[in-house]
Amino acid sequence: MSMPTYLGMPSFPDAVRPALADSQLRRNLAHATGTIRQKRAAAVAELADWEELRAAAKAIKDHTLANLEHYLLRLEQAVTAAGGRVHWAGGADEANAIVASITRAAGADRVVKVKSMATQETGLNEALAAEGITAIETDLAELIVQYGGDRPSHILVPAIHRNRAEILEIFRRQMPGVPAGLTDDPAQLAAAARAHLRRAFLSAKVGVSGANFAIAETGSMVVLESEGNGRMCLTLPQTLISVVGIEKVLPAWRDLEVFLALLPRSSTAERMNPYTSTWTGVTPGDGPREFHLVLLDNGRTAALADRTGRQALRCIRCSACLNVCPVYQRVGGHAYGSPYPGPIGAILTPQLRGMSTAADRALPFASTLCGACYDVCPVAINIPEALVHLRARAVDSQPHSSFYSERLALGTIAWTLRRGARLARAQRTLSAARRLVRRPGSPGWVGWLPPPLNGWTRTRDVPALPPESFRAWWSRTRGDDD
Amino acid sequence: MRIALFVTCLTDTLFPEAAKSVVRVLERLGHQVAFPMEQTCCGQMHVNTGYHAQGLPFAREFAATFGKFDMIVTPSASCAAMVREYHPRLAAQSGDVGLSREVAGLAPRVHELSMLLTGVLGVTDVGAYFPHRVTYHPSCHSLRMLRAGDAPLRLLHAVRGIDLAELPAADSCCGFGGTFSVKNPDVSAAMCADKCAAVLSTGAQVLCATDSSCLMHIGGALSRQRTGVTTMHLAEILASTASGDPR
Repeated sequence: MSMPTYLGMPSFPDAVRPALADSQLRRNLAHATGTIRQKRAAAVAELADWEELRAAAKAIKDHTLANLEHYLLRLEQAVTAAGGRVHWAGGADEANAIVASITRAAGADRVVKVKSMATQETGLNEALAAEGITAIETDLAELIVQYGGDRPSHILVPAIHRNRAEILEIFRRQMPGVPAGLTDDPAQLAAAARAHLRRAFLSAKVGVSGANFAIAETGSMVVLESEGNGRMCLTLPQTLISVVGIEKVLPAWRDLEVFLALLPRSSTAERMNPYTSTWTGVTPGDGPREFHLVLLDNGRTAALADRTGRQALRCIRCSACLNVCPVYQRVGGHAYGSPYPGPIGAILTPQLRGMSTAADRALPFASTLCGACYDVCPVAINIPEALVHLRARAVDSQPHSSFYSERLALGTIAWTLRRGARLARAQRTLSAARRLVRRPGSPGWVGWLPPPLNGWTRTRDVPALPPESFRAWWSRTRGDDD
Repeated sequence: MRIALFVTCLTDTLFPEAAKSVVRVLERLGHQVAFPMEQTCCGQMHVNTGYHAQGLPFAREFAATFGKFDMIVTPSASCAAMVREYHPRLAAQSGDVGLSREVAGLAPRVHELSMLLTGVLGVTDVGAYFPHRVTYHPSCHSLRMLRAGDAPLRLLHAVRGIDLAELPAADSCCGFGGTFSVKNPDVSAAMCADKCAAVLSTGAQVLCATDSSCLMHIGGALSRQRTGVTTMHLAEILASTASGDPR
């Protein structure tokens, strides 16, 4: 299993620095996430039964995940019966190879793509390029990311880190047949992309998509989108390939009632998204003549084995957790080193990819555990709980030499704190030694501590140690009697 | 009523005035405060940093120390949430059925100060006097783990002489997050900078919260910038009376 992009990324604590220092990015992110946050709250407040919907969605997903094999086999049966073909891909490379071979068999050297997280995860575009096949992203933001030689930084708004001046530059440099005199007016930029993409749609033989939901009962795929590019990719090419994570399956059509109420309000703060496309196998004389469903595992079975971590597989990729996350709001998506950024990425990526690298082990620590993500999650993923759980897995899976000083420090603290008398002794020692670390901040505060505690005092003072701890005061004034 | 004080290791060591204030407020309301000396820490730092095996003994010690009390108060929403939410999980993970039973009975008896006062004891006016401009930062764990809601604000509103200023983006995290503040110091500082800007925009002299940990973080930055804004635990304001300044 792998996500082949992002290799060699530094760990989160270092990777955030360029973003934190980028004033334009900070402003773009604060504005965009702030706006969508308010709109989402208003859209959610319209539904009196929001909490019941969340509970229902959680129950449906948990039931499906607990019976995943059953529903996947049912899905395979239904897709096959409707004239589609099902391929099973254990890992990213396998999925990419299947897409490449179908494309070649269709006699094509280009594919048009619907925005899809699964193919970002497998690094499909790069894999196809290595096979001499050009992948054209048709979602406007994905197109900007692709032309910019860039990576998406948000699940729903992949180019959230770009402003219109940058987009104009990217289009001028990269877009074939870009109109002369194009300006950074958003309507003009969109029109230029539209004209360019229209040519691609009309000439493409192969379309590639993901799916928001796959219905086991009927073998139907469901894609929600805003721009209509998806509808084009799903209907015009002769061959359609959908790469879908195995956790996207839902038992029955009626389950959509719940998820179609939750997803648009959570992601774009709309009551209903502009385009919802569904298709079932192939229909002679209408739409693609060939339909291939590539069911992707890529670490999902491993995640399913973790009783606490598996709740991440309920995710419907709405990105509400990104928009409310105080960490994401300040650093954006790139520092997470994965197509899945933000709180959900911090629990999903290390489970899908494993924790063999320091960068993947750092992800569960990229959160203050403030809990804002859990409150807005439409499928009630307890992200803080999963983060704390995965931190333990990260600590347990690291090589013994790294983190050694942390292990030693926390062990010493734990020993000291295990008995009230030990803590009292430590407090007396610290109080006696407090003059040694005195470099005054404002009154009552100290401005400097020796390493490794200087991580704190680089930007903050620390409270000066009081002459007497509370327990010393209590003993002195009230005696030891409790 | 006899109420045991779980002071928390941080408040005990660094913020004794906040703990003394809890004692003063409860005694003023006619309650008796007990302080079992064996108490230490809830284990939050270890659990939240991924050292769960080191966290379990804290849950065990906590149950042994406080099991005999009917009502326990703590001046920290974060540590109260740790005991109420995570001690049962740690006990369950350990497979120790006896401990699980003990913790399940004990956890609901542990109350954060503002929730004890307003929810359990039914008091909002504790007879405090504090003639200063104050703004209140609701800690994440008070809001989203304990669901304390506006309990601390109702207590503050009842303080005579107080000039309470609303904090913009109050529910946004200050960036402390325990060891997050040293493991991710740059993001932590960026979040704190925005929180400080919000505090300064209110013109308040005093920033108040239910958690000494958040106050240590925001206060440390306010001090570094020499803003002159001071930080006080909710208990310290509630303990203030016309006759004496608690500081």
